[in-house]
Amino acid sequence: MTRISLTVDGQQVVDDVEPRMLLVQYLRERLGKTGTVIGCDTSNCGACTVHLDGRSVKSCNVLAVQADGSEVTTIEGLASNGQLHPVQEAFRECHGLQCGFCTPGMIMQSVDLLEENPDPTEQEIRLGLEGNLCRCTGYHNIVRSVQAAAKGATS
Amino acid sequence: MTTTATEIGRDRRRKEDQRLITGRTRWTDNMTLPGMLHLAMVRSPFAHARITSIDTSAAAAAPNVVSVVTGAELGEEMGVLINAWPITPDQVAPVHTPMAVDRATFAGEIVAVVVARSAAAARDAAELVDVEYDELPAALDLKEAAADTVLAHPDLGTNKSAYWVFDSAAAGTGGDVEEAIGTARADGIVIEREYRQQRLIPAFMEPRSVVVDPTGEQLTVWSATQIPHILRFAMAATLGIPESKLRVIAPDVGGGFGGKLQTTPEEWLAVVLARRLGKPVKFTETRSESLISGHHGRDQWQKLTLAATKDGTVTGLKVELLADLGSHVSLVGGGVPVLGAFMFNAIYKFPAYHFACQTVLTNKTWTDAYRGAGRPEATFAIERLMDELAAELGVDPLVVREQNWIKHEEFPFTTVAGLEYDSGNYEAATARAKELFGYDELRAEQQRRRDADDPVQLGIGISTFTEMCGLAPSRVLGQLDYGAGGWEHASVRMLATGKVEVITGASAHGQGHETAFSQIVADRLGVAFEDVEVLHGDTQIAAKGLDTYGSRSLVVGGEALVRAADKVIEKARPIAAHLLEASVEDLEFSGGTFSVRGTDAGMAIGEIATAVFAAHNLPDGVEPSLDSDATYDPVNFSFPHGTHLCAVEVDTETGRVRMRSYVCVDDVGNIINPLIVAGQVHGGLVQGIAQALWEEAVYDDSGTLVSGSFVDYLLPTAADTISFEIDHTTTPSTTNTLGTKGVGEAGTIASTPAVVNAVVDAVRHLGVHDIAMPCTPERVWRAIHMSSSAEGADQ
Repeated sequence: MTRISLTVDGQQVVDDVEPRMLLVQYLRERLGKTGTVIGCDTSNCGACTVHLDGRSVKSCNVLAVQADGSEVTTIEGLASNGQLHPVQEAFRECHGLQCGFCTPGMIMQSVDLLEENPDPTEQEIRLGLEGNLCRCTGYHNIVRSVQAAAKGATS
Repeated sequence: MTTTATEIGRDRRRKEDQRLITGRTRWTDNMTLPGMLHLAMVRSPFAHARITSIDTSAAAAAPNVVSVVTGAELGEEMGVLINAWPITPDQVAPVHTPMAVDRATFAGEIVAVVVARSAAAARDAAELVDVEYDELPAALDLKEAAADTVLAHPDLGTNKSAYWVFDSAAAGTGGDVEEAIGTARADGIVIEREYRQQRLIPAFMEPRSVVVDPTGEQLTVWSATQIPHILRFAMAATLGIPESKLRVIAPDVGGGFGGKLQTTPEEWLAVVLARRLGKPVKFTETRSESLISGHHGRDQWQKLTLAATKDGTVTGLKVELLADLGSHVSLVGGGVPVLGAFMFNAIYKFPAYHFACQTVLTNKTWTDAYRGAGRPEATFAIERLMDELAAELGVDPLVVREQNWIKHEEFPFTTVAGLEYDSGNYEAATARAKELFGYDELRAEQQRRRDADDPVQLGIGISTFTEMCGLAPSRVLGQLDYGAGGWEHASVRMLATGKVEVITGASAHGQGHETAFSQIVADRLGVAFEDVEVLHGDTQIAAKGLDTYGSRSLVVGGEALVRAADKVIEKARPIAAHLLEASVEDLEFSGGTFSVRGTDAGMAIGEIATAVFAAHNLPDGVEPSLDSDATYDPVNFSFPHGTHLCAVEVDTETGRVRMRSYVCVDDVGNIINPLIVAGQVHGGLVQGIAQALWEEAVYDDSGTLVSGSFVDYLLPTAADTISFEIDHTTTPSTTNTLGTKGVGEAGTIASTPAVVNAVVDAVRHLGVHDIAMPCTPERVWRAIHMSSSAEGADQ
């Protein structure tokens, strides 16, 4: 067991974990952060995407011990003071989700994409989300959601 | 506040979304119960092998392992899985136990289960289970299996499961197809083709998961399933648990696409082990397990003979199918080709039709419903053939379609397959699609590129599809030997505070029932959208239901809802009259209020609900309840249709296909929520396009699924797809009150042939008339440069 100390969604946590424990397992099983989900075992689907020190990572691809000393933000910590993040609002407004399983990862990736490129073209959005799979929406309304968030067009 | 007829047709944002965008979700895998144990499966690496020994001692001795069981040990205790659709009385089907006993019949079949205190401990110990196998010859190739070259189940003596035939002459719905073909051979056109429907994987994003709690009087099962009600019935029927002692809950479910329309070995084993150990258990599959052992879809060879006159009027169609069932006949897998049998004639009115299907057992993962289930296969075949006929005639493929389709004024129309299409307007949908697409301009560009011998050629693909939705009239299902009915149930409860609880037997997994059904009830009862709560997916709350698949929730479940709501109004009417001191005849109900004609007196239905709750002043003999139920059995299917037009660019030097534009105009009847309908179409389109261009479940020569992870099974990404232009025409269905037709599968059914037609159209002038799916760059390049059509269709 290895002791780790990190901040998750604004809260300081300290735990002893097996060195092999993945960050996503730590979030779900130890912290009950079940908003972050596991969709594959090969790092292809991106459903588990969270922010590690402000940048998006696939949390199935990071060991919990690697997050020691870091700040992690999950979908559950994205809204602040009861206000949805503009990207969350945009996904609802543009019907950018159906079953919603890919949505936490898709939103976290979109937030990162827009922080890096606040005014992306459609093609830049599509390439920026290439690592996140969705089976329901055909991506059409996900792209619209990101465009809407970029324009700040949602209320 | 909302009133009558303001909700239907409105782009309501979904009620479901708040929890889904904030991570406050209830996926089955989120569940943790006190003392919960975890299962890990040991699976056969061989497609076909005799199990000679299983040594579980090392696994059983591993840390935190509670139990290790094998099929031989569980025996009859593990029950059997259900084959609900034996399409013929003499169907050959192996007994389907949840776990292999002495012989593994596909790579991925469960041979042992480890139960441990954590998922990680269970998986670690599963590695220690030592299974010895004697590998047996495996039946892998569909055509060879159909010839009984190698037997998937030697004890059955054959791989041929069932042979199902429909013949229009025998059924009295049309003429004799051999006669039509004979006439066409003598003096007309005969098109003969063989198409491959490759094997696909539903690949819902949420892996399947099941939690079973055996504590207490009832056994509670949470499952990532589309079918909580059918699951409960099947478990009760085969596991010796009284149905009344079983509660099945489908909480938030992350997609299904037919893939969660199944009763699975993992669910059975979880119930059996929870019961045996007296503790809650959980099993959540890995993605690789999901891809190798969750059921697959499609997988057919289609041999087609189309007869036509010299002027292009189709006179008959003969369809001979081979369908790969995989290792077992699954829940409805045996009947999937039969669902397609009524759709090969599509929107066309030719007079002679013959359909014959041989279902075949192999040593591959079992197949079953995948979005569209039977209908995409049929639509692909006929829409590809119509293009081939047009090419033979040298006319525009839209012209030959219009020449043969059912005209708007000819509805209702009884087809050669014996279905009555209630409504449709193929002319209107096609005209609108052509306009949006810029059809004539693209044809002109195509000609310019051909004339210039451009290395990048333009192809235009058409699909004027229809489908049958609203599964299904129970009598029809009975005639087709299906094991259940097709009705749906709904309840409407008026609460004391005027809020409304709506209970539906449909079980959503992404479709937005909570929103659309709220809109329907808000309009019907004249209450606020926000005041309606839709409950579903729990057999203790929604006691009756037949769940969600086959684009049935709105068409069948929505009608049940309307009828239940109308009963509430009728129960409220005499109470309103009593309270308003008026006669029932003088009351009218509008906008949620009963009012007395010619006066200002009125009462909202919510106020009546409060008065009913108090029950202080009700008419004599009237029960103090407005709650109502309705069970609706449809009298007919519904028949959405549409015209899809696709433009692709094909690089003749590399074989790469690039989607350029896609326009579709669907007619799904009246629309409850346009935003949700558009979403269903977009997602459906990409699944159909993926069959045309990217996806295929590939097995190697030893029967191992080589596309067994998301590295190899190519789900489309955002970067592969384009934005779509969609629109609709509205020809209401005449068979249900709401005039709806269903939309869940339309995009998938229509888009595959549109895309393949476009790819072939781009290179037809180079001598190509077919390219096998998926149309990978290699296959396209080979088709162009080796002038060998259908290159790569080698399975």
